[in-house]
Amino acid sequence: MKILSRTYMWVVFALLYAPILVLVIFSFNDGGSLSAYTGFSFRWYGELFRDQVALQSLKNSFFLAASSSLLATVIGTFAALGLDRMRNRYVKGAVNSVTNIPMMNPDIVTGVSMMLLFVALGGMLGLGDVLGKWTMLIAHTTFSLPYVILSVMPRFKQFDKTLREAALDLGCTPAQSFFKVELPAIVPGIVSGLVMAFTLSLDDFVISHFVSSPDFQTLPLYIYNQTAHNVKYSMYALCTLIIATILVLLLAVNFAGSVGDRTKRRREALK
Amino acid sequence: MKQKRSLLEKAAAVPHMVWIVLFILGPLLFVLYFAFTDTKGSFSFSNIELLTSYSHIFFLSICFALVATAFCLLIGYPLAFVMARAKPSSQKLLMLLLMLPMWISLLIRTYSLMTLLDNGGLVNSLLTAMGLDTVSIVGTGGAVILGMVYDFLPYMVLPIYTSISKLDKRYLEAAADLGCNGFQTLFRVVLPLTVPGIVSGITMVFVPSISTFYISQKLGGGNFDLIGDTIERQFKYASTYHIGAAISLVMMILILISIAVMNRFSDGDGEEMIV
Amino acid sequence: MKKTITVCLLLCMLALFLPVFASCGGGDVVTLYVYNWGEYVSDGTEGSLDVNAAFEEWYEREYGVRVKVNYSTYSSNEDMYAKISSGAANYDIVIPSDYMIARMIEEGLLRELDLANIPNVEYIDYSLMFGDEMPYYDPTNSYSVPYTYGTVGIIYNTTMVDEADLGSWDIMWNEKYAGNVLQFNNSRDAFATALFKLGYSVNTENEQEWRDALALLMLQKPIVQGYVMDEVFNKMENGSAAIAPYYAGDFFTMYADNEDLAFCYPEEGTNVFVDAMCVPTSSQNPEIAERYINFMLSGEAAIANAEYICYASPNRLVLEDEDYRATMEEIHPDAMKILYGTEDIPMEFYENLPEEHLMMVNSLWEELKIESPINTSIIVMAGAILGTSVGAGVYFAVRARKRRKIVATLWHN
Repeated sequence: MKILSRTYMWVVFALLYAPILVLVIFSFNDGGSLSAYTGFSFRWYGELFRDQVALQSLKNSFFLAASSSLLATVIGTFAALGLDRMRNRYVKGAVNSVTNIPMMNPDIVTGVSMMLLFVALGGMLGLGDVLGKWTMLIAHTTFSLPYVILSVMPRFKQFDKTLREAALDLGCTPAQSFFKVELPAIVPGIVSGLVMAFTLSLDDFVISHFVSSPDFQTLPLYIYNQTAHNVKYSMYALCTLIIATILVLLLAVNFAGSVGDRTKRRREALK
Repeated sequence: MKQKRSLLEKAAAVPHMVWIVLFILGPLLFVLYFAFTDTKGSFSFSNIELLTSYSHIFFLSICFALVATAFCLLIGYPLAFVMARAKPSSQKLLMLLLMLPMWISLLIRTYSLMTLLDNGGLVNSLLTAMGLDTVSIVGTGGAVILGMVYDFLPYMVLPIYTSISKLDKRYLEAAADLGCNGFQTLFRVVLPLTVPGIVSGITMVFVPSISTFYISQKLGGGNFDLIGDTIERQFKYASTYHIGAAISLVMMILILISIAVMNRFSDGDGEEMIV
Repeated sequence: MKKTITVCLLLCMLALFLPVFASCGGGDVVTLYVYNWGEYVSDGTEGSLDVNAAFEEWYEREYGVRVKVNYSTYSSNEDMYAKISSGAANYDIVIPSDYMIARMIEEGLLRELDLANIPNVEYIDYSLMFGDEMPYYDPTNSYSVPYTYGTVGIIYNTTMVDEADLGSWDIMWNEKYAGNVLQFNNSRDAFATALFKLGYSVNTENEQEWRDALALLMLQKPIVQGYVMDEVFNKMENGSAAIAPYYAGDFFTMYADNEDLAFCYPEEGTNVFVDAMCVPTSSQNPEIAERYINFMLSGEAAIANAEYICYASPNRLVLEDEDYRATMEEIHPDAMKILYGTEDIPMEFYENLPEEHLMMVNSLWEELKIESPINTSIIVMAGAILGTSVGAGVYFAVRARKRRKIVATLWHN
């Protein structure tokens, strides 16, 4: 039984990884084909680093992810603070459910609705075609917001309110008590929200597909255009590099996590 | 003690509220507006009436998404179960293996699957090398389903895995004590208790499956128009925003209804199902 | 302390914004915005000449002004049209196809060229494309200068296709090749294949003739492997499909990767198109744009482009160049014949259709696209799944209620 279930698990994983592995292996193919392996070479990696469009879209992706995740984190953190202090239950509920709409809706609807807004507003205000980096920034910030709030809110909820009262009693102004006492406690939530928003923005294709214009391409859009056209084999090299980066990051997080766990346990043991 | 809120606390959520009104509610209002107006901007039901000619697209998409979701569940549940029962030390590695495909762009995964299955792809080259006939997979409905299952399987496994591993082990011990064999434990105890995980897995697979356009374009060869393809074409190529908005609106309502139904289903806490 | 962190975060954010989002104002450099099809200019890859860089260099040497070419691409005439007509972007050079030029001239989107700045226009051989007539899309020949021209033909894989079936559009409807035929994924080109087969004009205003073409395309749908545009390259190169209609110039790119491919013109006739360089009315630097056009017509640039794109060039300097001929023959033995030897085949341009007519064509195309093959097995499966899950749901609900009742009675007792 055990062997059977083991085999089942590994078979599923093997199937899950087969296409990816083939892609990785063929990125080192000397010839330009995905069905015949003619020899090992770094040729496509060389081509990739000469491809200005790919490099530019990589740059765009990172700038967009950095700026949209920072913006979303700032807005989202303050929103979580405000929501935590809000007394009107109905307003709170309404804000929460509106915020979560992009999480529930299929990406394509979010993308299309934003495109309609931008196109219609652009037309009304006489700006013409406004799609581009600014609309991308707005869209990415919007769909990251619920995730930021989701990871910051619980920290506010868990925060011991008496600490704040103590700070106020000891002569802090409310602002001081927030920045000196409460903020440090919620920083982990902010950081995980920021990381989440960053990766979401890096990975997003569907929403970007609708709110972008050809002059501001991100990496997923570049890959999409490649697969819709005559694929340059350097794209396989690009994909391999992306996969390798993700693997390294995941391993690092995992490793850091296990190291963190261990130190925590050790500290607990010392107590 | 009733605290006085500082100005910061009062105003903190305001930028966010402005933002969501502008960029979440605003776009949805525009979807409504476009769905109920014609090209001249006057109110009309013509787009909604036109939707009748798209009804079979909705039907087909729902069928595809249902089948894909079912396959994900059938493959994913045992996988999650086996994973959750593995040694704690190897669970970390297994989680990593499961997470990695989730982080790799859907575009890359779908495209590599397509090149693998294409008539001139590796699978068919191997078949020919072994002296067998080639099989045309790309361009059929089966390929689209396969793509959906392949792409979204991790989304099914993850929540189910989480809910199985959170399961109170004492339930299993109790079941064993009361004379259940392995299968009985699985079907009468574990399965009902992990309903919330299953439900969120189903939602996480069903929603992207029903709205995908990349998978059907690549693996279906443009032969199968799903809702996603139709919407994408209206906005990216045909510039018929009004019909596109109407289709999006209907799809959105459909999905919200099914999510609500699913949630109601899982609200009844799993515990009362065993008794 | 925490305050400084917040301030730092905000500053970081600003710092990140600036490089991407601030428009770069840089000294006395003039930027020339060129908007072209993707992969439609020699860009320096694989040892070719980087035409845009060469232009920048040449311009500075000749006129003492530093020009930076900002090059961006589109994938369809309609995309480009949307961008230009919205008035948001100020491009200096666009390269639309014939029917789109007609439309843009009509709507006043193009600027009349000052031919004094484009002396090289004398090298253009209009008779290649239009015989003795003027370009139909630009009757006064004052808004556009041809860049390339091309034709549509059938690309096939010699290992999969019988020579006897060739020579006509009929091959795309041949049941023998079911599942191995590709079709255009754009309305105008796809309808053209059917219209040519029927012997109608591709610009017909008769709705019935378009409906006949639609019926023919519907008939074709079951044997079509896929509706594709540029995906055709990979599909044909790796032998995933046997037959595809596509542009003659692109055949050579595919042939370079798969020597089993061949090209033929259908006897019923086919489409010919011209892509020509134009200056939009919104251009900020029309003079530099005209000099850019002139540069593109110079021997060096025109030959580099013709060898890179592989489309037919209307430029005499290219045609008369021995090296160019040799290079093309090296690419494919019949290259010159395929590109330039098309006198015997009936050719027809796409004309700009009136608005309501275009909408009719689009809605017919929509009818074709949303027609999906019936997948009985999948539908049956979906039905079974729905049935099972509803059944299971009801069963569990009833059982749960019953048990709750039992528990309640036990409790009361």
